[in-house]
Amino acid sequence: MKCCVGIDLGSTTTKAVILAESGAILGRGITNSRSNYKIACDVALSEGLIGARFALVASALEGSDPAAGSGRALLAELEHGLREQQYRSQLRVLSEVMHRFMAEGDSDALREVVGEILAAMERGAAELFRSGASRKSDFFRDLAGSIYLRLAEEAAKTSPVGFDRLVGLFDKAILDVENRPTDAGNFGRHARAALSRLPEAPAALTRAVEEVAEVTLDLACTVGTGYGRATLPFPKEQIRSEILCHGLGAHAMFPGTRTVLDIGGQDTKAIQVDAEGIVISFQMNDRCAAGCGRYLGYIADEMNLGVQELGPMACRSSRPVRINSTCTVFAGAELRERLSLGEKREDILAGLHRAIILRALSLLARSGGVSDEFTFTGGVAKNPAAVRALRGLIIDNYGEMTLNISPDSIYTGALGAALFARREWLRRGSPGSGEATSDRGAEGGRAA
Amino acid sequence: MPTPIDPKAPAVSAVCKEDSQLRQKRMIAEHYHRLAGCPGSGEKNAYTFVPGNLTELLRSFDLLPVLPEINALQSAMRGKSREYIAVAEKLGHSEDVCTYVKCDLGMMKSGNVGPTGERLPDPDLLLLSYTGCFTFMKWFEILKEEYSCPVAMLHVPYQADGVVTEEMRRYVVAQLKEKIIPALESVSGRRYDEDRLREMLALSARAEDDLVAVLESAKHRPSPIDAYFGGVYYIGPIFTAFRGTPEAVDYYRTLREEVEERKRLNLGPVTPDGAVDRERFRLVVEGPPNWTSFREFWKMFADEGAVVVASTYTKVGGVYDTGFRHDPSRPLETLADYCMGCYTNLSLPSRVDMLSRYVKDYDADGLLVNSIKSCNSFSAGQLMILREVEKRTGRPGGFIESDLVDPRYFSAANIKNRLESYFQMIEQKRMHAVH
Ligand code: SF4
Repeated sequence: MKCCVGIDLGSTTTKAVILAESGAILGRGITNSRSNYKIACDVALSEGLIGARFALVASALEGSDPAAGSGRALLAELEHGLREQQYRSQLRVLSEVMHRFMAEGDSDALREVVGEILAAMERGAAELFRSGASRKSDFFRDLAGSIYLRLAEEAAKTSPVGFDRLVGLFDKAILDVENRPTDAGNFGRHARAALSRLPEAPAALTRAVEEVAEVTLDLACTVGTGYGRATLPFPKEQIRSEILCHGLGAHAMFPGTRTVLDIGGQDTKAIQVDAEGIVISFQMNDRCAAGCGRYLGYIADEMNLGVQELGPMACRSSRPVRINSTCTVFAGAELRERLSLGEKREDILAGLHRAIILRALSLLARSGGVSDEFTFTGGVAKNPAAVRALRGLIIDNYGEMTLNISPDSIYTGALGAALFARREWLRRGSPGSGEATSDRGAEGGRAA
Repeated sequence: MPTPIDPKAPAVSAVCKEDSQLRQKRMIAEHYHRLAGCPGSGEKNAYTFVPGNLTELLRSFDLLPVLPEINALQSAMRGKSREYIAVAEKLGHSEDVCTYVKCDLGMMKSGNVGPTGERLPDPDLLLLSYTGCFTFMKWFEILKEEYSCPVAMLHVPYQADGVVTEEMRRYVVAQLKEKIIPALESVSGRRYDEDRLREMLALSARAEDDLVAVLESAKHRPSPIDAYFGGVYYIGPIFTAFRGTPEAVDYYRTLREEVEERKRLNLGPVTPDGAVDRERFRLVVEGPPNWTSFREFWKMFADEGAVVVASTYTKVGGVYDTGFRHDPSRPLETLADYCMGCYTNLSLPSRVDMLSRYVKDYDADGLLVNSIKSCNSFSAGQLMILREVEKRTGRPGGFIESDLVDPRYFSAANIKNRLESYFQMIEQKRMHAVH
């Protein structure tokens, strides 16, 4: 079966969106960007393809037994099971690499402690992926890293092996684990393993999994975009700028969109699109990344918080502090000064969010203003404090208007790229175009 | 409708140097050499600025012009500007000050060694023609402290309504007669010789005819020249020391012949990395180029087959394509008109008119603005210009930001990103228009 793919190689995360021939979204994949772009791209793609296969299983199930209400719940179970299998398979790779790194000259004590930590991680895997469990992140590095650190800290208390040694070993190994291809994308194997652990899997589900595992997903055309697009192994005509991809992606999600704001890790873009999603003007921040996603990362580090904790904390503020600097370094200084003056963390954070949005507003103004409908994309669109500040400032400056934020906003660029890929494929005179392979496409499954 | 293009074909072919390029190189080197020899030869010089410069008048007194902006950009192209700017910043000049100024001051403080490696003479006169940029005054105030030589100031009224009136002309001519010419007489020790000036102005007009023909050759498809990156070479002799000289006449004649031949053969412009064989985008560019990464900057365009068919930067010394030519029959009046007509002296509405006309006359895909971080004079109002030209022409505008001679302000990845996006935006619009 043919599908078209968009890859968005961002500075912090790499995203993939898989489109069916009809243009409907089949799957999405995300991973953290790393030193080896090719692998980041492969991992995001294989995650996206797994998502696509789940979509196929779902549509097969719905077709076979429309009355089966438990189908969706079962599918969710299956997905948890599959994630667990992927996690386990990566844990095995981690263990192998760590043991390899310890081979020469390391003490037995170290080998023993590491072995125990890894075994405990293996034992905890099922709990981590049971349905309803909350995970801080879906990236192996973060997930395994935080558990490893916790276990290492405990182990160091009672063993002669120092915590630093344990952490150093993990840091070295995780790079290796991330930068080598894994078999995490093997849908058939992991799904079968997950199925075998599901009590009473209905025959229809087993059949659907078997069928879907056999389907060949043929990548008819791939287009790359994002910060690292130049490093993607694609020919030039299969590379599109982020501006165009965010414009088209936002248009596909919300066809009424006229202005798009994307706050990414490294840059902020203000984009104007016409009724067809064609970019008519744009502005980008220049050489300084102040006010971009990275700025929030820096603030989070300064405050010893996770990035995703910043927004909710800032939302608790009732008296935001006025912060003027979006220069990352100044903001750090301003932050420490405010803290020393006894200002509340949430008030300072609310001020910082406002400062970022003020800067974005200047770019928006320069790109031609904000028009209804306005769509906010990129990682920062998930941050409630940023959204709140944006909403307020837009109303103050431009009046009431529709502000669109998709829960899948992080995939906007990849979606745009996938739509370009599909156009390219159609342009080349694709066979059998227009045949719907899935009617589930999110965002209304708008074809380009 | 644009011709369909094979996107996979390389845009640039082999490198070649044209006769005019070599000739210009020689002319400029000889000029700097002559300047270096001033203390020995007794020749005198005047430091002055490019916009609306009075080269013929200076030359008619046998004074050699020295142009600090040109020295600064030459320093940048030789990779010296970082060091010079650092020297100026040590003296207390802030990061935001026009980097031409800092580069020039740094060069002066580092021994005033010019682009050919020879020391430039101290100024015998600071001739400040004030055309639109306040920074010029401050710049020469600083130089005056250093050199304690006379300063003559020509105040050029701004064309607020987009026209030169008779009063404005009289005002400039009066200054020429009462202030500038006496100052030149006193510094040079020669009497004002109007006949000599007329001869020079006649030579100017001839060179100007050829320059305009060269710049207008870009109306042809494919354009045989790049009117921005290539254009800055073409304006070299006419806006620096050579207007009114037989060398300039010869240079522009040769250049015109070369360009006409390229046009006849349907060849694209020559770039340092080869000729652009496939013209994919035709652009009008507003704003000065970046000099520190000039070649890299140009390559970003050439690699995409983007050719600049008209630019305003090539009009900073003076605007000729609206019909102005130096007129020997009214020497001082024509000099006054020239000063008032230079690009930096035009109002924003006149700039919008000019750019919209360029987009249409040269059948460009759109207007690209290169906004200069440290130049308030050029950069103010550029976004308004962009929007207005977009509105009038219906062609998309693009906006990039860099600097003149400060390498710290040039972010290649950022500029490339924006350029790529802009080119793809044009392409997308084009494809849409076809479907
Ligand atoms: S016009 Fe711009 S570049 Fe020229 S001197 Fe003035 S500030 Fe500097």
